[in-house]
Amino acid sequence: MKPGARLALIVGGLSCALLAVAMGALFVGSAGVPPGSVLAVLLGRELPEPVARVVVLDLRLPRIAVAALAGGALAVAGAGLQALTRNPLAEPSVLGVSSGAAFGVVTGQLFGLGTGLLDSLGLTVFAFAGAFVAGGAVYLIAARAGGLPVHSLLLAGVIVGIFFSSAITVLISLVDTNRLGGIIQWLLGNVVPVAPGALAVFTGVAAIGFALIFADARRLNLLALGEDAAQELGVNAVAVKRRLFAGAALLVSAVVAFAGPIGFVGLIVPHAARMLLGPDNRLLLPAVALGGGVFLLIADTLARNVVAPAELSVGVLTSFCGAPFFVYLLRTRATLAAP
Amino acid sequence: MTAVAELRSVGFEYPAAQASSRTREPFSLREVSLAVEPGEIVGVIGPNASGKTTLIRLFSGLLRPTRGEVLLEGQPLARMTRAAVATRVGVVPQDVPRDFPYTVEELVLMGRFPHAPRRFFESVEDRRVAWEAMGQVGVRGLAGERCDRLSGGERQRVMLARALAQEPRLLVLDEPTAHLDLRYQVECVELLRRLNAEQGLSVVLVSHDLDLAGHLCHRLLLLSEGRAARQGDPEFVLETAALQAAYGCAVAVDRHPVSGRRSVHVVWPEPQTTKGR
Repeated sequence: MKPGARLALIVGGLSCALLAVAMGALFVGSAGVPPGSVLAVLLGRELPEPVARVVVLDLRLPRIAVAALAGGALAVAGAGLQALTRNPLAEPSVLGVSSGAAFGVVTGQLFGLGTGLLDSLGLTVFAFAGAFVAGGAVYLIAARAGGLPVHSLLLAGVIVGIFFSSAITVLISLVDTNRLGGIIQWLLGNVVPVAPGALAVFTGVAAIGFALIFADARRLNLLALGEDAAQELGVNAVAVKRRLFAGAALLVSAVVAFAGPIGFVGLIVPHAARMLLGPDNRLLLPAVALGGGVFLLIADTLARNVVAPAELSVGVLTSFCGAPFFVYLLRTRATLAAP
Repeated sequence: MTAVAELRSVGFEYPAAQASSRTREPFSLREVSLAVEPGEIVGVIGPNASGKTTLIRLFSGLLRPTRGEVLLEGQPLARMTRAAVATRVGVVPQDVPRDFPYTVEELVLMGRFPHAPRRFFESVEDRRVAWEAMGQVGVRGLAGERCDRLSGGERQRVMLARALAQEPRLLVLDEPTAHLDLRYQVECVELLRRLNAEQGLSVVLVSHDLDLAGHLCHRLLLLSEGRAARQGDPEFVLETAALQAAYGCAVAVDRHPVSGRRSVHVVWPEPQTTKGR
């Protein structure tokens, strides 16, 4: 099959899957709206009880959109970072980038930024600055002549992550207790309904981040040969690195600003996709963008229903799946852990 | 005739910080000139840290000379894009990287990148050229195999196919036989000779194996401490005094019993008769 046709098939199939899961998610929730009413709302019919309309259109629908976007963004950032570092364990939360973005967001919240349109833009800027500083620090700590060794990259990520987590702890001990609940809830990684304006900002930022990474998909394949070999084939490796880093930071910071630090999506989804589709980033990146959406949407639907009427944080759920998966990768791909 | 590639009194110094952090040796080059003519096989020999690898990296533009200039078919390399250089010079690395997950065909197709860097998927023509390149080195049967699951000799031929897919005028090889057993070394030499004879492809290679270099190459460049100690045909370069001076050890040069060409032997120090025995 031609690669273009293969890409169309993958994108088409996964888009259908995402739509199906999103439709399904509209029908379940703790509010107990009967399926007939959900259908009626979707078809635009008048309903005797207006609360069903609010639950479906103002609560469930935006939450589904945020979950799909956040999952896709995290998976693309993870897949891109794995290709760039030639390291299967690279992932925004493992590399400390998520913690950096979270620190940025908490700082922004302390400055009084809330959930309005401009506020959400401001929070994204804070998150981006945090992600950028954290990612840059990890890179500078881990980089050696000749590349990024696995060990030092992971250690640097852990150290930078701990540093920013502590910095967040310092900040929240300065906050008065009334506001603490909201911040802690957010720090656990929660998908919450977002206003349409803010959702548009999220979509825009994520689209730019995805475009930056996807445009370099073929060059990222060549980078698997090593930086020198890629340069000798005509790839400007430094420029690719910069664009990928900026793109990943954009994606992660948007997710952290709108949904909080959700871990391990960028590890689980790209690996599953690679097992099914192979390593070619031209197919892999669009696949994980959609597949990550499906994954986080399912996880979030579970999170808001398994302990209903209470809710689990989706970030807790992904970490419960992700941490064992990380250990599995570390043990089975042991050759990569050698320096 | 314009040289395929030419180093014009090039000098190279690593930045001081880099030289000290990477290694104690400077690997610098001073005033080296080398022109590779069409259809010529040139071997670069010399002790470790004499600048061999530095020199061949100048041909691919991976390193830029700090003095002098590099010309590809008469054009200054400094004014070409990376992709333009890569359509003229194909570098064959020693080995496939560890945990390289792509198939042989995917790897060889990567060699087509410089011909259309903006293209997202390879064209039908790209696939044809890649298939042709795989045929030239006899790896078509491996097309669907994962590169990191091949044997040493196969991995090298696959890397050679990738370089051929670039349709270069010059092939650059760093220690092509370093990881190969005797049979694969012979195969590698035969393959390079055939490519050279059939397509008029020029070759520059670095080798520690002086016999192999003497048999395969039309011309040798002996480097010593970043300078060209001797340059010319193997009969001239593989000579006792020059080699001893460059390598700093005793060697004996005689004739190969079958080919009659120059053959270099190390004079191994004999075990000393110790007093205690």
